[in-house]
Amino acid sequence: MEPLSSYFLLSLVLLAIGIYGLIAKRNAIRLLFAVEIIINSATINFVAFSRYLQEPVITGQTFSLFAIALAATEAAVGLAIIVQAFRLNKDIDVLELKRLKG
Amino acid sequence: MRRAVHTMPEALFLAVAVITIASAILALESRELVYGAVALAVSFLGVAAVFVLLDAIFLAVMQVLVYIGSIAVLIIFVVMLVRREKWVSMPAGKERILGVIASVSLLAFVGFVVLDSGLTETFISTVTPPSFFEIGRQLVTEYGLSLQILGLVLALAVIGALTMAKVEATRNK
Repeated sequence: MEPLSSYFLLSLVLLAIGIYGLIAKRNAIRLLFAVEIIINSATINFVAFSRYLQEPVITGQTFSLFAIALAATEAAVGLAIIVQAFRLNKDIDVLELKRLKG
Repeated sequence: MRRAVHTMPEALFLAVAVITIASAILALESRELVYGAVALAVSFLGVAAVFVLLDAIFLAVMQVLVYIGSIAVLIIFVVMLVRREKWVSMPAGKERILGVIASVSLLAFVGFVVLDSGLTETFISTVTPPSFFEIGRQLVTEYGLSLQILGLVLALAVIGALTMAKVEATRNK
């Protein structure tokens, strides 16, 4: 029997890994990986907290479904943007895309 | 069956957690991007296993379907499309040190707060959780508006992706 803090710490470690990836990586696809890891850590929290209530509710799972659907949308649009950036720039280094600032 | 899951020792949870975290790190740190994509899929599978441990069977199924079935496959496709040799031999910059400092300090701060809080003594309740039929009921009653907005967002995403592809097609002529 794990206490709630086990699940919380698992999701915290995943969040820290994702933030590390967002800061340290320059490859656009790795940034997308990091965002997906962060979304996963959030859904773990939703499900764990709704299950550990005195009277367990299922609302956490409903919200996680929304999060999963939004993550799928985000991955599709993000990958489309990455492919376009690669076609125009021959590279997906986010530091090379600085000129988009205008 | 539910009782069997909960009396199982923490070893199962620990194994799942270690696999999830290790493959998440590998996804970001592997030299070859394709291996990273596969490691990310393994990490998604680990999260699905966590959902099973939390009695969220339906959510675990959706996780495997959506994340591993579509997102991971899509990512692997794109990784193969945009592969460049440059990334394999790129040295780690000073951003890496900054990233490690930021994530470790977040981990330390929030981790100490959590270990000091009541969460370590919060155990799973013996009340049977609602069945996943309740998810469907909530989706069409309380969160019906959210569901419609989500459908709108999905439609917009499809239109956006198609538009991006179309612009490029006309440019090439």
